[in-house]
Amino acid sequence: MTWMPADTSIVVVGSLCAVACALPGCFMVLRRMSMMGDAISHAVLPGLALGFLLTGSRASLPMFMGAAVMGLLTAYFTQSISKWGKVDRGAAMGITFTTMFALGLLLIVQATDHVDIDPGCVLYGALELTPFNTFGVIEMAGYIIDIPHSAIVLSIVLCMNLGIIILLFKEFKISAYDPELATTLGINAQLMHYLLMAMVAVTTVAAFESVGSIIVIAMLVVPAATAQLLTDNLKIMLVISAVVGVLAAVMGHISAIIVPPMLGFDGTSTSGMIAGSAGLLFMFVWLFAPRYGLVAKLFSSRKIEVPEMVASRDSACPK
Amino acid sequence: MKMFIRVLALVLLVLIISHPTADASQVHAELAHGSQLAGGPVRSFELPPWEDVQDVLMLRNYNTKLVVLSTMILGVASGFVGSFLLLRKRSLMGDALSHACLPGIVLLFIIMASAGGSGKSLVGLLLGASLTGIIGVGVVMLISSTSRVKDDAAMGIVLSVFFGIGIAMMTMVQKTPGQSSAGLIDFIYGKAASMVLQDFVLLSGVAVVIAALCLLLMKEFALLCFDQTFGKCIGLPVHLLDVLLMILVAAVTVVGMQAVGLILIIAYLVTPAATARFWTDNLRVMLLLSALFGAMSGWLGASLSALLPRMPAGAVIVLMAAVLFILSMLFGTSRGILKRVISHRQLKIKVGRQHMLRAVYELIELRYKTSAKLSLPNKSIHYANLLSHRTWSAASLSHLLRRGKREDHIEKFDGMHVSLTESGFGEAARITRNHRLWEIFLITHADIAPSHVDRDADSVEHVLSPEMVRELESALEAKIDTQVIPPSPHEFFVADKPEGEKEL
Amino acid sequence: MEPSHSASHPLAIHDLTVAYHRKPVIWDIDLDIPEGKLVGVIGPNGAGKSTLIKACMDLIPRASGEISIYGKPYKKQRSLVGYVPQRESVDWDFPVSAQDVVAMGLYRKVGWFKPVRKKHLDKAREMLSHVGIEHLAERQISQLSGGQQQRVFLARALAQEAKFYMMDEPFAAVDAATERAIVSLLRELKNQGKTCMVVHHDLATVAKYFDWVVLLNMRIVDAGPTDLVFTEENLRKTYGGKLSLLDEAAQAMRHGKSHK
Repeated sequence: MTWMPADTSIVVVGSLCAVACALPGCFMVLRRMSMMGDAISHAVLPGLALGFLLTGSRASLPMFMGAAVMGLLTAYFTQSISKWGKVDRGAAMGITFTTMFALGLLLIVQATDHVDIDPGCVLYGALELTPFNTFGVIEMAGYIIDIPHSAIVLSIVLCMNLGIIILLFKEFKISAYDPELATTLGINAQLMHYLLMAMVAVTTVAAFESVGSIIVIAMLVVPAATAQLLTDNLKIMLVISAVVGVLAAVMGHISAIIVPPMLGFDGTSTSGMIAGSAGLLFMFVWLFAPRYGLVAKLFSSRKIEVPEMVASRDSACPK
Repeated sequence: MKMFIRVLALVLLVLIISHPTADASQVHAELAHGSQLAGGPVRSFELPPWEDVQDVLMLRNYNTKLVVLSTMILGVASGFVGSFLLLRKRSLMGDALSHACLPGIVLLFIIMASAGGSGKSLVGLLLGASLTGIIGVGVVMLISSTSRVKDDAAMGIVLSVFFGIGIAMMTMVQKTPGQSSAGLIDFIYGKAASMVLQDFVLLSGVAVVIAALCLLLMKEFALLCFDQTFGKCIGLPVHLLDVLLMILVAAVTVVGMQAVGLILIIAYLVTPAATARFWTDNLRVMLLLSALFGAMSGWLGASLSALLPRMPAGAVIVLMAAVLFILSMLFGTSRGILKRVISHRQLKIKVGRQHMLRAVYELIELRYKTSAKLSLPNKSIHYANLLSHRTWSAASLSHLLRRGKREDHIEKFDGMHVSLTESGFGEAARITRNHRLWEIFLITHADIAPSHVDRDADSVEHVLSPEMVRELESALEAKIDTQVIPPSPHEFFVADKPEGEKEL
Repeated sequence: MEPSHSASHPLAIHDLTVAYHRKPVIWDIDLDIPEGKLVGVIGPNGAGKSTLIKACMDLIPRASGEISIYGKPYKKQRSLVGYVPQRESVDWDFPVSAQDVVAMGLYRKVGWFKPVRKKHLDKAREMLSHVGIEHLAERQISQLSGGQQQRVFLARALAQEAKFYMMDEPFAAVDAATERAIVSLLRELKNQGKTCMVVHHDLATVAKYFDWVVLLNMRIVDAGPTDLVFTEENLRKTYGGKLSLLDEAAQAMRHGKSHK
């Protein structure tokens, strides 16, 4: 295949999305809240719809604020239903986000003749169309570069995520590993929790245009889990997950171009292939990671060590 | 229960056969993929004419009838399966499973279509869905048991990766001209409006089989959900049952996609079951109610969607289920919030009343008790003493006294004195006696030091029933003169009486 | 001395090692439990007592060793073994009543795909009366106290009508009345010739309740009749050098000896 500028913009946007998602994603995975990330990515839909209805434009500030609110509400409702209704936590999450998603769906369908928003696109995005959706033009050293709209948005969100995490790194770190300890140290674990939820919600909205809200969960969880198998250090984990995300974006785009013709089809969804590539990368690491991979565990010293207990020889067989 | 299902199926069959075919008017708004509508004038919301409403509710319209009935039957099946999924605490796994079904569905579609069929054969799609669904669940278990990646992350991975691959496959099919993929898209998003009798019978058949399996294996699934370790001990094939449950979830997913769409199917599984839980503590009743709520959501949702324009059926059904859930969470007779709040409040009132009456009685005793044999007179006591007798604020004490007056226990109280009515005096005597019997019981029958007794006794006494009191009485017959209240085994400290107080 | 796997032993363990993540939890277990005894399994926390019981019932995989119940592997002898798990192993907020739970012990008799009938529920009530809570038969289990829940588990094991019972911490956090009820039930079972192996944590009551004792701290320190095996030296080997624990143990033995 020949590499065109359009390819570059697709890959760049995909990578920006991957990195923006990987950062909060690591904390979600460490706090065992991966499915909450999935829930939030579905539940932002009504916020999106409302934002559209109110302002009539995409990627507007009210929309992001609405999304953040939806993210917080998802976490809040899940907790409330679970606590006061004495409902199993997973079920509470399922009830909450599906209801909110249904609401969003309803709003969008009702509003389809007001704004040009395609429900299918919302769900799984149209990353392939990115190059045609440019925001501005930069002239640089004689080259003209079109900057896709989603790239701008994602860059802003990425910087925001990065900024928050760097500023509050140790607070996030403690809250992730030991919320109770965090509280005794004066760090408001609840606040950290809700801040993380809001970050995920905003990132989801930023990404929905390019990869769609459903694939966001892949970008949130899979690179982070992959990184978890490769390191014990939180900072390194953040870096690795970003790298893995970018790799998945590149692999996904390339395979989206070369695989369908191999199978006799015309084209495919880039975001779907990115998710698939991320899965492939994860599988590879799950098998071959140096210390935590399956192969490493199976082949390192199969013998079970029984410690030498001199005193234990006195255990007579009872009769 | 089996009889009920059989009867229901029979009734439905009769209904369908007896009605002639009607016109297939498209009244259901579909969630069209890829359609972009230009902006237009603002529409006003019009209520549909009454005849239309009647048509839908009475199921006169043939197509609507099929749609609504199939959704209801699906609701019954998913209510059953969802109950066990909920009790097994695998709701999110069910979510991952339903997403993981997608690649299998598309794969089988492609295979069947290229083999010359329409690609929409329900059995084939069910097979594909179960295949990748179960593989997905297996992968989740595998990842979480063989690596440091925890089960929630494993579910997220499987959910997103499988679904992503499914979307990629689906788009491949879509984008290639010449492949009739329309049926597949409709299947996944739920385009129930064009249901034909054959579809209906097939769907209902699968749903009935699902329901029947749940009922036949009710006790086995119950044991699996409650105590799988014990189940293993008595030879229950725990893993097989788990796989079967997952297959049932996959089956509901495939069947339910028609009505609700793939993404929302988990709501149809879990919400009615969770709703039912608020109304009962009995598993059988919970299953029944869950099926009922599923059917209700289906009926309401499908009917509303047929009546009003631009209402995708799946979303409306889920919202109806959510409304039922919220109502049940608030008002459910078994575990609803309202009931708990009310009974808690009633308990607080009871506790407050007992504390107050006992305090008054103890003060009377302190002041007027002359001998063990003579009974106490009903005198009034000083308000100040009462206030300092327990740790309560002036405001809450006044509140208690006011209520006591309403309940005819308190004769009168002003800023200085408090006196009991005859019935109040009797009640106070009874309460104090109970309390002290319990104190003595705890001392003689358990290793609890006297200094702790009061606190424990208070809380135990408030859940004692009249039968328990009689039991204590008979146990301590020898020690207690039934005419007189035994003195409290620990002292209490009363504030000094104010100077110059007059005797009443 | 190699133990033989005679068919008269309710439980015979030979060379058992159970490992978790390549670290052995219990190793080199050789044990023969004689019939008709009340056996207490004693050891500090984390010593592997629950692991031992679970390994006997194939609930966890073993790294090596053989276990036989009356001479045959556990899988063939399920009907002879009753099990009382730890109370916190289930979520008691489940929508079933006490008699429903006890009836679960009868599921083998009820049969696959068949519903639980009145006669089974009657049998369940009978078992509940053996543990003294028949009046709670229809109560939902989350409304029972801890001791009552424990008794429900016991009744369920009784319903299994086994010859050999394994119980995991049945005395943990129960009230005095329940403790008495459990002890009298154990003695009744012994009178019927059954064998009970009970994981127990309270040293003070070991001598009073059990006539046979297994001292376990990741390996068998000793096993045998309580009089012979429940000695200060053995307890020191089992519990290590914790002084307060030794005091408690010494007191327990004096207390125990005075009850003989």
